[in-house]
Amino acid sequence: MNPARKRTVRLTLALTAAVVLAGALIYTSFSAASPALTPSQLIHQARPGISYQLTGTVAPGSVRREGSTLDFSVEDRTGGSAVPVAYTGEVPNPFKEGREVIVTVQKQGGAYVGEPNSLITKCPSKYTVAPPAGAKQSF
Amino acid sequence: MAILGSACLLLALGVCAYGIGASLYGVRRGRPEWSESGRRAVYALAGVLTVAFAVLEIAFLRNDFTFNTVADTSSRTTPAFYRAAAVWSSQEGSLLLWAWLMSMWSSLVLFLTRRRMRDVAAYATAILLGFGGFFVSLMVFYANPFVTTTPAPAEGAGLDPLLRFPTMMIHPPMLYSGYTLCIIPFAFGMGALLARRVDAEWIRAIRRFSFAAWLFLGIGIMLGASWSYSELGWGGYWGWDAVENASLMPWLTGTAFLHSLMIQEKRGMLKVWNASLVLATGTLAIMGTFLVRSGILDSIHAFGGQTLGVPFVILIGVMIAGSVYLVVTRRDMLRSEHRLDSLLSRESVFLANNIVLVGLCFVIFWGTYFPLISEALTGKEASVGPPWFDRYTVPLALVLVLLSGIGPVIAWRRATLANARRNFLAPLIAAVASVPVLLAAGVPGDWKALAMFACAAFALVCVIQEFYRGARARRAMANESPPAALVTLVKRNRRRYGGYVVHIGIAVLFIGVAASSSFQRTIEPTLSVGQSSKVGAYMVRYVKPTATVSPANDAAHTGSTLSLGAVLDVTKNGRHVATLYPSEGFYASDEPSQGSVGSLIGGQPVSHVAMDAGLTRNVWTAIAPDVETPQLKRIVEIGNRTIPFSSPEDGLIALAVLARSYLQHPPPAEFHLIVSPLVMWIWIGGLIVFGGGLIAIWPAPSALRRRAGAFARARTRARGRRDRSGDTAQGLAGA
Repeated sequence: MNPARKRTVRLTLALTAAVVLAGALIYTSFSAASPALTPSQLIHQARPGISYQLTGTVAPGSVRREGSTLDFSVEDRTGGSAVPVAYTGEVPNPFKEGREVIVTVQKQGGAYVGEPNSLITKCPSKYTVAPPAGAKQSF
Repeated sequence: MAILGSACLLLALGVCAYGIGASLYGVRRGRPEWSESGRRAVYALAGVLTVAFAVLEIAFLRNDFTFNTVADTSSRTTPAFYRAAAVWSSQEGSLLLWAWLMSMWSSLVLFLTRRRMRDVAAYATAILLGFGGFFVSLMVFYANPFVTTTPAPAEGAGLDPLLRFPTMMIHPPMLYSGYTLCIIPFAFGMGALLARRVDAEWIRAIRRFSFAAWLFLGIGIMLGASWSYSELGWGGYWGWDAVENASLMPWLTGTAFLHSLMIQEKRGMLKVWNASLVLATGTLAIMGTFLVRSGILDSIHAFGGQTLGVPFVILIGVMIAGSVYLVVTRRDMLRSEHRLDSLLSRESVFLANNIVLVGLCFVIFWGTYFPLISEALTGKEASVGPPWFDRYTVPLALVLVLLSGIGPVIAWRRATLANARRNFLAPLIAAVASVPVLLAAGVPGDWKALAMFACAAFALVCVIQEFYRGARARRAMANESPPAALVTLVKRNRRRYGGYVVHIGIAVLFIGVAASSSFQRTIEPTLSVGQSSKVGAYMVRYVKPTATVSPANDAAHTGSTLSLGAVLDVTKNGRHVATLYPSEGFYASDEPSQGSVGSLIGGQPVSHVAMDAGLTRNVWTAIAPDVETPQLKRIVEIGNRTIPFSSPEDGLIALAVLARSYLQHPPPAEFHLIVSPLVMWIWIGGLIVFGGGLIAIWPAPSALRRRAGAFARARTRARGRRDRSGDTAQGLAGA
């Protein structure tokens, strides 16, 4: 085989392998992904047996611990709909009422059960605090 | 002071605008004095931003709460050590740190290249000042660190307790140094393409800075992993979080570039690839910065509620469009001077290593940005978790470790069968033998871990063999002792042998990752005093509770108002191993609704992990004490009713009562107990990697000095011979 033809064959094989691998990557990412929903979306769309990524804020006054289960409600960032979650597993340090969280849940009957160790919270250091009302700001 | 800081920002913006204009005018019109003036504008930018940064740092150290950013992220009770680090915990402060570090590194590279590649450097100056102007504009128009509020609050909100960890002092500066150093090769790469000077000269000029970017980014990533392991209370060091991934992507493409640039230097090949890698690394560094600040992806680290997304999207769009345009229009100049002679050659192995690294980067990019991709394609946001990342990254990491052994020993151009047998026989035997040996030693049969151990054994033997052969050759030539021969070998070719040390470190690091992730044992028991729980081969007994009150008494020196913990006795087969003191710190909040006593402990509770770290395993413990018992809640309620907000000292007395009650009647506490084998080797591997990086980056003595030294040594030897022959002659004469 002449060198030019050899290079073309090699290039074609390499590109084919790359396309196949990229195709597998793309296919598996869609099949393995969990839809990310807000509480109001989850209430309308959740089906039993399917995992969803629930994102929102921890509702004030909703956090209770019973044995190894942590019960809390997640509400829309803008307030309104709230979803009760029963969660077991690691609770990140920043978890707190009013804080933004992401947790993978499944609908079981009328309740939502959190997947163990799936709870993450946004780092609170990165939130800016609004200045007190009436304070004068200058640049 | 705030006025001075704001004036510095405006001045910096003016300096950037002038410098860009001067550099471009100088290079386009052939007026070097203008290009020179543009370069000096970078020094001026560094000076002005140094003043601005000093103003903000002083405001933090002086507790000047008229500065909004100081009031939001610091307080009088925040220890001074952490007040100094609080500067970069806010959006505004971290933008200033970014711009300041970039101006300092840019000044250094432009000073070192002041007599070389004047046209390329002029374009690079304009691009670097463009980035400087972008970040200064963000501060001037969106997130000004010098905004003040009057009257100033009496007390600040305090630094988030999670960030009160020693490595947090250096993690952000290291990471930002890495990001900003990634911009330097980008600017010079663009400069070389614009000036149509795409030979290896520009690569040689920025090689050391590319290495420095890789080194700093790597140190930043390792410090972040260490913080996560030791502070976040979940016992892990990597979670495939979007922001973690954002820092790893430019590190991977930077690693690929550091390998492929050797092929361009030695054989004039892979020019398009190298230019693309440099431009991609710079763009990924900016994308990482964008990801943290845009709030576009959910991450535990992302800055919330910010509006910096649009400016960053525009910048990234310009960077990508400019990169693609320049590479496509200059493709004729970027043709390779040679072709691959054989698939069995060092060039091919480096190319394979590049493909694996870029493949890893692509996998991580796809997984990280999948929520956006999914929303764009299907209209629904969805995300992938750690199992998806592991499915692709584990096999790619195995191949990478294997290639890190093959690369250093395989011949350039074409390897022969004899060469392969000579170089790979011992490593192959080591790899194959390691599996039955480990199984016989009782290591569980997890195929992924065993495959990684075998690949690491292969790589380690390959590289150690290279050191042995090199030192043996030096001994034969110079008649040196083995340690002296090894040191001289490394000193004579720091880049090569520093790189080999990096490969050793990577193999060691992956051994630690494979063992700790595959064979970790973890339990989360609820224990009363006197009760025990078994984790792996270790028995952990809750001996007694501990409690301290007031920031001054906090054993962890993080300024917590109340700290509740436990004394744990760790034994193995009935023999004492360690006594551990995990605790949880409770911090003051600024929420008056919690009451005068409740607000003293109503802030962020943070675990202070206790561990017994060893070379073979770590016993890691954390506690979550129950402070919601009726008795403890009653003490807080009584304190809230009887103690006014104006008497925080009395509030501390109430907390002392609470602590005494907790010690006398300790409620059951939740514990998180982990036994991780070989986790220490991750940090040791990291240290070896960065030690190797330092060896490789360290400037070699100049050729002139080496020649002068050789000449002096030759004269000394000659004189010595003359003297000895003279002595002999005199001796003979005397006889």
